[in-house]
Amino acid sequence: MLIFERSHPGRRNAAQAPNHAAAVSGPSTGLRTGIPTSLLRQDQPLLPEASEMDVVRHYTSLSQKNFSIDTHFYPLGSCTMKYNPRACNTLAMLPQFLARHPLAPESTGQGVLACLYDLQEILKDVTGMAGVSLMPMAGAQGEFAGIAMIRAYHDARGDTARTEIIVPDAAHGTNPATAVMCGYTVKEIPTNANGDVDLDALRAAVGPQTAGLMLTNPSTLGVFEQRIVDIQKMVHDAGGLLYYDGANLNAILGKVKPGDMGFDVIHMNLHKTFSTPHGGGGPGAGAVGVAKRLLPFLPLPVVEKLPSPASGRGAGGEGTYRYLTDADLPQSIGHLSAFSGNIGVLLRAYVYARMLGAEGMHRVAEFATLNANYLMAELHKSGFTVAFPQRRASHEFIISIKPLKDATGISAMDVAKRLLDKGYHPPTTYFPMLVPECLLIEPTETESKEVLDGFVNALKEIRDEAHATPELVKGAPHTMPVRRLDDVKAARELDLTWKIRTNTHAV
Amino acid sequence: MPFIPHTEQDILSMLASIGAPNIDALFDEIPAELRSGKLTAVGDGLNEMQITRLMHDRAAQDVLQLNFIGAGAYEHHIPAAVWEIATRGEFYTAYTPYQAEASQGTLQVLYEFQTMIASLTGMDVSNASLYDGASGLAEAILMAVRAHKTSRRVLLPASVSPLYRSVARSIVKLQNIELVEIPFDAATGTTDLKALAQHEGSDIAALVIPQPNFFGALEDVDALTAWAHAQGALAIALVNPLTLALLKAPGHWADKGADIAVGDGQPLGAPLSSGGPYFGFMCCKQALVRQMPGRIIGRTVDLDGKPGFTLTLQAREQHIRRAKATSNICSNQGLMVTAATIHMALLGVDGLRRVAATSHSNTQSLAKLASGLSGVKSLFSSAHFHEVVLHLPKSSAAVLNRMAEQGVLGGFDLQPHYPQLGNAILVCATETKTPEDLQRYVDALRHALS
Repeated sequence: MLIFERSHPGRRNAAQAPNHAAAVSGPSTGLRTGIPTSLLRQDQPLLPEASEMDVVRHYTSLSQKNFSIDTHFYPLGSCTMKYNPRACNTLAMLPQFLARHPLAPESTGQGVLACLYDLQEILKDVTGMAGVSLMPMAGAQGEFAGIAMIRAYHDARGDTARTEIIVPDAAHGTNPATAVMCGYTVKEIPTNANGDVDLDALRAAVGPQTAGLMLTNPSTLGVFEQRIVDIQKMVHDAGGLLYYDGANLNAILGKVKPGDMGFDVIHMNLHKTFSTPHGGGGPGAGAVGVAKRLLPFLPLPVVEKLPSPASGRGAGGEGTYRYLTDADLPQSIGHLSAFSGNIGVLLRAYVYARMLGAEGMHRVAEFATLNANYLMAELHKSGFTVAFPQRRASHEFIISIKPLKDATGISAMDVAKRLLDKGYHPPTTYFPMLVPECLLIEPTETESKEVLDGFVNALKEIRDEAHATPELVKGAPHTMPVRRLDDVKAARELDLTWKIRTNTHAV
Repeated sequence: MPFIPHTEQDILSMLASIGAPNIDALFDEIPAELRSGKLTAVGDGLNEMQITRLMHDRAAQDVLQLNFIGAGAYEHHIPAAVWEIATRGEFYTAYTPYQAEASQGTLQVLYEFQTMIASLTGMDVSNASLYDGASGLAEAILMAVRAHKTSRRVLLPASVSPLYRSVARSIVKLQNIELVEIPFDAATGTTDLKALAQHEGSDIAALVIPQPNFFGALEDVDALTAWAHAQGALAIALVNPLTLALLKAPGHWADKGADIAVGDGQPLGAPLSSGGPYFGFMCCKQALVRQMPGRIIGRTVDLDGKPGFTLTLQAREQHIRRAKATSNICSNQGLMVTAATIHMALLGVDGLRRVAATSHSNTQSLAKLASGLSGVKSLFSSAHFHEVVLHLPKSSAAVLNRMAEQGVLGGFDLQPHYPQLGNAILVCATETKTPEDLQRYVDALRHALS
């Protein structure tokens, strides 16, 4: 049932709205506004009329129709569904943080600016980059910032013949889409049988038209690109720059730094590695880090720490903090959000980073990798087809359901849906597309051995069911609020809003 | 080990299963010369008690003052239930709803949101949100250029927030889109129709129409929309959703309505939070839906014919279309939208109208009180909504500083962005302000001017 169907004309929440006597009976009456009638609304928007309890019950019961990290194992590859510590939420939502206006003077925001500055420093250390801007509001916006900086760098040198960005075929879809948004054409290069970039193809692809290469390492195939130093030399020798899609640093945190691998620019999805919540699809945060030559182009604002404490205020003598502006960074690619990015998300990442500390960061990579390799080994021993059994898994790995499909007709999609019935959120399906009928599995470091063992058993059960009772698997899920949905109908007979009455319900 | 459950025994048996001597061996594919040493900027881990102390100390350094700044972020009361429900783990820790059967909660919330925001804007359809209002405006400009097909020129009035214009420029300039600034009328503070007339007959993809505009002034939206359509250009409405409880919806502007409506959803339940996270919304006419960026939720049926919700029109998106996608965007601001949906459901039409009307009348009262001070005047003659531009007889920066010393954030200094306006500030009094607050403002201003 929709909230609109719980609506009753005339029911309202007196407690939440101001006691303004005027303007409530109708748009053009009772309002001594000085606003011309022609600019006022004459129809009634479709919003529910419901009591506070109606609303609380409705949305509480909707929440119960979700799988989430807090309720289920969620090994969604490439998404890093690790535990989101509650302290991060509580401490990012302290009243002073929530209530501060973005355009209030910086002197009134020294606490939040100190946190942002510290986070910049932590991310510089973790990535080995010379500078960090926290401002991109999502991974895709971080990618945009990264490629825009590459373009600004070439343009500033008058090197305008570079029109191409090289992207491996295993890359996230955002990579080519970003390159196009930045005015580049995309050149795709293949992956070899070992899961690494095809170096011959790369050698053939680079040239004076190359602006840069976008690379994910460990790749979306879940393996570390071993020839990274050769790749780096090849691209740099051609005059291109290297972009690191660091959507996920979970496997390398404290083990290897993108800056040491020779990358010029990196974006980090803080909602993955730094455990800020996914929130059903956002808000994220896509901080960018750059090597020295790209420092002048960082997106604004960046937080700067001034050495001398100002007049008693300012982080208890820690120094004072300010935002760098266009005047400080005249070559910046500019602002990407109206204010200063998703600060509430950044505060959560900061709390998480401080709770981990240096040792904790190393442990994240170690246990994310241990869990992935253990799960891969157990599935391999159980007879599942691992895509790259000869390789170490990074934070994630791929199995292919193709042999099962050939034998029983049960696809990766069917397995995924049946996992729901067994209380597991499925892995990522059908990405990367290079491996047929694939499941991309990322357990993360916060899951215990028992949970991983339970997951292996569930997959084995489903395999047995695929042979014994394939209809059971094909018809899954059976225990969710809905069964499989008709996506074709959804796209053909678009129903994106519930019966809007804007023109029919005059007041 | 914080957030890691493994016992020593677990580790040993897992390594045995893998056939690795120790955890470090799992990293043996990383070339040795690349292995990094200790992290130096991170420090030792803090336990929950220690980090709580640190963050409370930091929060205490943030000084809260009586706020009269708006300029794109508005202080409104947020009902207690909004964030109580939005931060339930089932919403807070769910991923993008790719597995529809296990995400019906999030999907239905987003569908309800699309319905509410499309209705508020009077448009046919909505997506499930964008990052914020400013980047949403950039996406609307890109979308208009895609839809128009021949022109890459978009008219962007100077009465649009300078912060938004700056973001739009950063994002669209790389695709060779020309943004043409249209000046505002010095008397009214609204888009100068005579200046606009100079562009008649040229190939224009879109005109951006802010309502209320950055100065809080109300544009002649019918005339502007009709003008855009007469040029064969799209009309992009840039609106504050709260004000649409009272103001004419973009879908009803002129004869045909605006083609795209965007804005920032912050006034609908997002705390100020020093600037984010907020969310952008985007609505459009049905005919443009396939040009829209971002997630879209559709209602459909399951195998048993039971209604359900799913991501739809994914063929527009980067994970399918890659280089040919409508945008690289691959998330929305799901949690903020969840909060906004609960916020709108709690307030309803009546509540939103009260919030809007009270904000409007508070700002009117404030402008009247402030104009009683010698040398202070309301700068523009046009009707305004819940923000107003005051002209001061002294340096605006100095006056605002002196007000801040008295604990009052007196407004947004327009001087750096609009030097031609002189000592002008943009002031906002939302429904959160009492008559005593307004008096305190006037007293602080009087003192600052003395």
